[in-house]
Amino acid sequence: MNDITKSMLGVISDFKFDFKGAFNIREDSSCAGRQSSPNIQIDSKTDRPGLDIHIKPGTKGETVYIPACVTHGNVDDLVYNDFYVGEGADVIIVAGCGVHTDNEEEARHNGIHRFFMEKNSKVLYKEKHIGTGTGTGAKKIDPVTDAELDEGAVLEMDTVQISGVDETTRTTRAKLAFNAKLIIRERIMTDGNEKAKTDFEVSMDGEDSGVDLVSRSVAKGNSYQEYHSVIKGNCRCTGHSECDAILIGSGKVNAAPELYAGDLDASLIHEAAIGKIAGEQITKLRTLGLTEEEAEAKIIEGFLKA
Amino acid sequence: MLELKNIKWSIPDGGEILKDISLTIPDGQLTVITGPNGGGKTSLAKLIAGLEKPDSGKILLDGKDITDWDITERAKSGIGYAFQQPVRFKGLTVRDLLELAAGEEMSEDGMCEVLGEVGLCANDYIDREVDASLSGGESKRIEIATVLARKNVKVLVFDEPEAGIDLWSFTGLIDAFQRLKKNHNEALLIISHQERILDIADRIVVIANGQIRTEGTKEEILPTLLSDEKGARCPLGKDRKVVTDNE
Repeated sequence: MNDITKSMLGVISDFKFDFKGAFNIREDSSCAGRQSSPNIQIDSKTDRPGLDIHIKPGTKGETVYIPACVTHGNVDDLVYNDFYVGEGADVIIVAGCGVHTDNEEEARHNGIHRFFMEKNSKVLYKEKHIGTGTGTGAKKIDPVTDAELDEGAVLEMDTVQISGVDETTRTTRAKLAFNAKLIIRERIMTDGNEKAKTDFEVSMDGEDSGVDLVSRSVAKGNSYQEYHSVIKGNCRCTGHSECDAILIGSGKVNAAPELYAGDLDASLIHEAAIGKIAGEQITKLRTLGLTEEEAEAKIIEGFLKA
Repeated sequence: MLELKNIKWSIPDGGEILKDISLTIPDGQLTVITGPNGGGKTSLAKLIAGLEKPDSGKILLDGKDITDWDITERAKSGIGYAFQQPVRFKGLTVRDLLELAAGEEMSEDGMCEVLGEVGLCANDYIDREVDASLSGGESKRIEIATVLARKNVKVLVFDEPEAGIDLWSFTGLIDAFQRLKKNHNEALLIISHQERILDIADRIVVIANGQIRTEGTKEEILPTLLSDEKGARCPLGKDRKVVTDNE
């Protein structure tokens, strides 16, 4: 594992000196370290790049780390990771990604993750994305998540992209069975000429299933963000999506939520608010002694933290 | 001590809101400014906190001219200001705001003490976002708490602290203001129409139509606040015609 990977791992997956439990570190399309645990088995795919991660039924309290790093230009990394989460398991999956280039060549990571969650299983999926390096080459991350949640399964996705990624397209698709729940908390900050696109499509096919999607974003500089969500309620179910964005400078945001109610008992809500930081918020924090710049930073920090 | 000297202020379209106001807010005393709506009370509070700048006149804090200081400089110099309309923040919690106000990390006991002053239980509130999920009364009490949490303040300004607060919490708030008076030496300034706040004032200043109509102790002001027997000293600024039986 090289120093750039170590540095990025510290940010994207709280890596200090090692990981405890199951992990696989991907560095420039190769494996830089792997360990399985008695309950979590990680194997290479035989037909294409990527991993099969099997989590035994009933596994509780374990964390599996599968970070991926691209540490120089001229790398276009594509990986397929499949997670098989056994019945009743309750685990955390940390899947951060960092891309780095110090020259004019592009660095890209495209991670395609599929989740097969069995009955009553529960996953907290944490994903941080960053781009680093002084090169002019584009830093791109294009994650795709496909999730199938069986009866009573709960998938909570906590995704963060804070800085340095020139282009990203984040695609998330999910199908929910009876009483399954999908909770998504997305936070994105873009600056300069960065572009970020988010596509969600969730189909609630089982009675009493539910989705709660909250996206908070900050578009600074001349950056551009697109948010598109489709929530389909095909039965008695609840869906909530909320898209809030703060604009700074010449930042632009295009939010296009879509709700489809295919059943009389589908209860779907969408909320969206896009605008600059309210002047009164800055003023209030200044009356507490903060400068205008400190107040703005604090408001953004809080907004993205929530 | 805060001194306002010949303060004049107009809104951008030229309407004169404050007309030559001179006023002293002494340390260790509670001064209450009252008067009819639209008389200039909130404008005066904003001028003190630096949200607006006077067209002319001086603002002195402990003898130092702070007229040209901005909001941040005034806050750092010791002016605390509770907004009439609380500001909401998506993402910032009560804990965040209290710690920003205090300028340091606060213990749960410390937050409990401050929130207790406004009738809120810290356990229920410190991790809540200061957003639309809070009721108007809750937001107002948190707004006041952010000022009570401040350290090293010299002047505390509360703009209509009673607005939106239930009777029980308001009683607690009155107690908190009395404790502030008793235990601290800050200059306290409250803008209020509330009789119970007027009743604990050391001094009452009546402002109407951008001018100080009268000021004095509560014993001097309260009996004639709304109107005296003949209306001649009406603090609302207009000499009303007294209708007598003979007319």
